[in-house]
Amino acid sequence: MSTTDLDTATETPRDLWRQRLGRWDLKASPYLYIAPFFIVFALFGIFPIIYTAVISMMDWDTIRNSGEFIGFGNFDFVLHDRKFWLALRNTFSIFLLSSIPQLLMSTFIAAMLDHHLRARTFWRMGVLVPYVVMPVAVGIIFSKLFADESGVFNQWLGMIGIDPIGWHKEVLPSHFAIATMVNFRWTGYNALILLAAMQAIPRDLYEAAAIDGAGRLRRFISVTIPQIRPTMIFVIITATIGGLQIFDEPRMFDNTGSGGADQQWLTITMYMYNTGWGQLNFGRASAIAWLLFLIIVIFSLINLWITRRFIKTDKSGGI
Amino acid sequence: MTFSRRKTALGLSAGVAILALTVAGCSSSDDPEPSTSATGGAMESTSPDANAEPVTLTLATFNTPGYNSIEQPDADYEFDLIQEYMDANPNVTITYDRKAESGDARTNFFAKLGPGGLADVEMVEVDWMPEVMQYSDLLADLTDPSLDGRWLDSKVADATDKDGRLIGAGTDVGPQAVCYRSSLFEEAGMASDPAGVADLLDGDWANFFDVGQQYFDATGKAFFDSTGGIWQGMINQIDPAYEDADSGDIIALDNPEVKAAYDQLTAASKDQSTHLGQWSEDWFAGMQNDAFAVMLCPPWMLGVISGSAADATDWNIANVYPNGGGNWGGSWLTVPENGANVDEAKKLADWLTAPEQQAKAFANAGTYPSQPAAYEDPLVASASNAFFNDAATGTIFADRAQAVLPSPYKGTYYFQVNTAITDALTRVDDGTDAPDASWDKAVTDINNIG
Repeated sequence: MSTTDLDTATETPRDLWRQRLGRWDLKASPYLYIAPFFIVFALFGIFPIIYTAVISMMDWDTIRNSGEFIGFGNFDFVLHDRKFWLALRNTFSIFLLSSIPQLLMSTFIAAMLDHHLRARTFWRMGVLVPYVVMPVAVGIIFSKLFADESGVFNQWLGMIGIDPIGWHKEVLPSHFAIATMVNFRWTGYNALILLAAMQAIPRDLYEAAAIDGAGRLRRFISVTIPQIRPTMIFVIITATIGGLQIFDEPRMFDNTGSGGADQQWLTITMYMYNTGWGQLNFGRASAIAWLLFLIIVIFSLINLWITRRFIKTDKSGGI
Repeated sequence: MTFSRRKTALGLSAGVAILALTVAGCSSSDDPEPSTSATGGAMESTSPDANAEPVTLTLATFNTPGYNSIEQPDADYEFDLIQEYMDANPNVTITYDRKAESGDARTNFFAKLGPGGLADVEMVEVDWMPEVMQYSDLLADLTDPSLDGRWLDSKVADATDKDGRLIGAGTDVGPQAVCYRSSLFEEAGMASDPAGVADLLDGDWANFFDVGQQYFDATGKAFFDSTGGIWQGMINQIDPAYEDADSGDIIALDNPEVKAAYDQLTAASKDQSTHLGQWSEDWFAGMQNDAFAVMLCPPWMLGVISGSAADATDWNIANVYPNGGGNWGGSWLTVPENGANVDEAKKLADWLTAPEQQAKAFANAGTYPSQPAAYEDPLVASASNAFFNDAATGTIFADRAQAVLPSPYKGTYYFQVNTAITDALTRVDDGTDAPDASWDKAVTDINNIG
């Protein structure tokens, strides 16, 4: 209380209280303001994750809300199920077939939109139109286009003398068809994100590069790409998370939603859904959910590492 | 999906249908006991206390049960059963919630059965009834002396649990006949009038496939619509099929009849099947573009065919079914026990499934009654279908319903085992695997169940 000497007689307990409040305010407020997000996240994010982990160790009856602890039995079953590995194969195959062309196309489109075009806003909004269409609607439309016999694509192939492709019978064509739906929906969306990043690049970098004699392609590779790296990483990580959880498109690809008679296009999330809601075996479905979670974490880290390594930032800060 | 795979399946049976018909026939002539007591019962109970507590009941269905025209805005429903009930019971307001397909309704049903939140009256389909029966204690017992003899015996048996509680009030059934294209039969030089085709196909499955082979030899085209459709017809005549009724164990792989049917079908399907997936785009298109000549059809399939093949003028129905009878589809109304208005909900389910109402629902949407008394109702008895060249659907399906035998036992794993085998058939159809290799994969899958 030696410090109160300075405040002389005006000091009252009430002022002290206010002072203390002020200090708390300064320290605690930021946490308070972000708290709602974390409370909601704890309720709807952390809790389900933990609950899923608990259920994955049980033979769970979701309707009676009771179960019997069976340790890692569910994981053991899933890891020994032929369908799990087929689903993993399909998921990665569809992911690669969609993400890679998608990323190349959206970077290209973004670069084109970054030029001075007439009716710029129109073109920029135009690429977002497919994103507005519901994935289920996209699935229905494309599965008609890809129908094995009455589909438009096979008719077109027939016109140029190519035998009809068994989109719903063979493994790779089915993945290609599903990847097409994904690309249709997400290319424009990613292009807009990349475009925003490109527009934030200081124009004098380009001018300086031009003065140094860099051509258009060189400027793109040496200025644009390094400058949009953080955004690129964001796009790749979200594409990874989304790609490994692909569900709507393959589910709508045929009328049964079971992923094909030979599991040609069964993905992990479909396998999980069919185990949970199809067989009402939620313990096993929870085990699949956890395995998928681990796969996504590992794969995102690998992608982050690859992206960091191969797209280098310009550290000199200059040109 | 689920409209499809879920529909495939389970046979109901008309049980000792003849007995049921006789009983119902007698009672309906002089004393239509089940029906009036149900209809009148509900009405009388409200008229004395006209200012009874107002209640709001929710009714949840799927597909087109034929209750109210919101189910099919472009179809012309003659009767509005929902309004009729509300008029008769002024204290009751009904909220009608209809899901597009059975699969959606199933997911919703199992998500809310435990925690609560289901509608007061919930429709359940024959395909997921075995799963629902595991939780029969969560559904209200509808047993009532006034309901005795209302339904086909099999319809009651499939909804009665081992404690004798009746948890579902039967709505419709799907006795199957054979729908065919008369011009295609003519092209193949075979009989093409309904009676001639019925003669031709009268026999077992071997006879059916013989006719199919003749057709293929004459035309070089596929005979039947899909391997999956024929399989569901064959497997529903095998009893027991996949599971042992006493122990609940899976016996599909030890049952020589299952493998024999698989071999018989895969041998025939090479030439005779379209190799199209049931409910696929190409399958729907095939109804119009001459892809096949016959398909097994329950009453509700007629609307599917006429909707998909509007330009084909030669569809017809033969009053026959290979190897006896078969049922495809059908539903019940159930009342979840933890609902707020269980008693009122029971009255509604009772009223909606009375023969008079089910006959009106049939007139609306073609859902064929599971109540033998309704077969005498002029709305059903004199029904015919213009698209199918005025086939007398009312009498054809009444005959077909009588031919249906009691449904084979279907336990918890029925759906999974059946999926494994239909997947195997599809692989053969698609040319992915030879019949034996495909069966081996199915064996692996079936051994993995449980």
